Amino acid sequence: MKTPIYGMMAEFDNPSALVSAARAAREKGFRKLDAYSPFPIEELSEALHLHHNKLPLIVLIGGLIGGTVGYLLQYYITVWQYPTIIDGKPLHSWPSYIVITFELTILFASISAVLGLLALCGLPMPYHPTFNVPRFALASRNRFFLCIEATDPLFDRQRTSEFLETLEPKEVSEVAH
Amino acid sequence: MAEQPDVLDQPQKPEIIAPGYTFGTVTDQISAVVLTKRTPIFWTACFGVGFALLLLFLLACVELFAKGVGIWGIRTPVMWGFAITNFVWWIGIGHAGTLISAILLLLNQRWRNSINRFAEAMTLFAVACAGMFPILHLGRPWLAYWLFPYPNTMVIQPNFRSPLVWDVFAVSTYATVSLLFWYVGLMPDLATLRDRTTSRFARFAYGIMAMGWRGSARHWSVYETASLLLAGLATPLVLSVHTVVSFDFTIAIVPGWHSTFFPPYFVAGAIYSGFAMVLVLAIPLRAVYGLKGLITDRHLDNCGKVMLATGLIVAYSYAMETFAAWYTADPYEHAAIWQRMFGPYSGSYWLLIFCNIVAPQALWLKKIRSSPVLLFIWSMIVLVGMWLERFVIIVSSLAQDYVPSSWGLFHATRWDVATFAGTIGLFMFLFFLFIRLLPMISIFEVRTLLPQAKVEEETQG
Repeated sequence: MKTPIYGMMAEFDNPSALVSAARAAREKGFRKLDAYSPFPIEELSEALHLHHNKLPLIVLIGGLIGGTVGYLLQYYITVWQYPTIIDGKPLHSWPSYIVITFELTILFASISAVLGLLALCGLPMPYHPTFNVPRFALASRNRFFLCIEATDPLFDRQRTSEFLETLEPKEVSEVAH
Repeated sequence: MAEQPDVLDQPQKPEIIAPGYTFGTVTDQISAVVLTKRTPIFWTACFGVGFALLLLFLLACVELFAKGVGIWGIRTPVMWGFAITNFVWWIGIGHAGTLISAILLLLNQRWRNSINRFAEAMTLFAVACAGMFPILHLGRPWLAYWLFPYPNTMVIQPNFRSPLVWDVFAVSTYATVSLLFWYVGLMPDLATLRDRTTSRFARFAYGIMAMGWRGSARHWSVYETASLLLAGLATPLVLSVHTVVSFDFTIAIVPGWHSTFFPPYFVAGAIYSGFAMVLVLAIPLRAVYGLKGLITDRHLDNCGKVMLATGLIVAYSYAMETFAAWYTADPYEHAAIWQRMFGPYSGSYWLLIFCNIVAPQALWLKKIRSSPVLLFIWSMIVLVGMWLERFVIIVSSLAQDYVPSSWGLFHATRWDVATFAGTIGLFMFLFFLFIRLLPMISIFEVRTLLPQAKVEEETQG
């Protein structure tokens, strides 16, 4: 019996070939697939139907929390915790609060953007099966990879490999777990 | 021949980087600067100078901690002196990095891709230098954390109605967001270095920092959203930082400070000096590391144009400053501007007018903008001019405000000079460490500039 594998990977040397390969694989019915490229390719997200992600929502919530925290922090301190009349201004002198409220909105939203990015990508992830393919090191240089994962219902070691060969890749390799 | 489409296509723009590059050569050339074992003498020399000045900075700090801020020339009434001048100057320089990385990203100015990385690094280190001054100027720098509201038993909290407290939040937010933005931009390039290095230690270190980035399309799609959102957040932030810095002045009633046009005036000046610093760094770096194909003459030309444009805004601000002072019909405002032009600091004033308004007019000439050496010299002039601007605004207004009996001039001491030179050392030290350890040009963004990065679709709609 063969050991289970992570998937089959095809290597291409230009972005156009990768995008058309990704399209062909989607058309063939594969859904558990991912592409790897040394730079972002807009058409690739389209080919893999990756349009929506939740990051804008996360950032919005982060920003709203930041703004609220910023305002309430100042309100609590100047009105409740340590009420002091300064410059004859009212205790709740909201125009003075605007700057810090704004800054904390930006701060919280930015931190949510970065943490959200890491969370949605599942990073940090020091080990991933794709790193087992020796040529995959070139995915961060000048090569483009398409990987069909073994969890796909249509996946079959023999036939998937044959299908990938029809896409005219430079090389097809198995991705060990 | 296809039919001419009805919609006007944009005219074909010349390529941003030199022809002949491939994904491979771009990657190799930029990462070679970091991964090579051979360090150019230029690097060693600059790092050495930076390190020596950094030691001077540490010496100045020790002296300051031991004896107090009296070692500086700050005396009543000029209590801000060099410290706040340097703070405003450094933080202004920091603005260009975020402008290039965030605002030009939103405006789809793709030429920024070759210069954004080191400009962002410049921002971070300039903000670090800037942050030193208000802290050292506190008198008891070890209590700097009192600036933040935190639960304490002293029954005291920061005064949120004071622009100085706003500044704490603005600058620390700016430093944090710049760091995050810079790090997010670095992740894919750290993965490249991890995959390309032959040293085990470097692979481990870059691997940890890259967090397992593997260039997955799913990740790229979120990554692009994140970059845009961060750029969208950083844009109002960068404009707010110098605005808040200018509130430190405008909210005071000191003549020469108390005016409403300070925020745009300060922001324009910040971008002006920031682009000057970008050129001062880019011109020698591209020559030494043979990166003229990536940071081309067109980049220098564009930076020169931005300098010219922001320089004109600054010139307009000087004119408005004078006009507004006259228009207020307030004798103290009149006197403040008059003293600035013809009083004890008139030398600095006219020198800054020369450096910031007269000299940069030469940038209208293509000949100047296309000569790296001249552009370098002009950028230095602008940096000096902007420093003088901050100096004149702060010192001349404080020296002579309302009652002549309380006037007093400022005389810088050697420790003032040592601290300022020291932060230049800190900046050079950090910047050249960055050049040696991290890719100074964003590799993955430069890849997208190559003509081969365009996806050719067979038949679409």
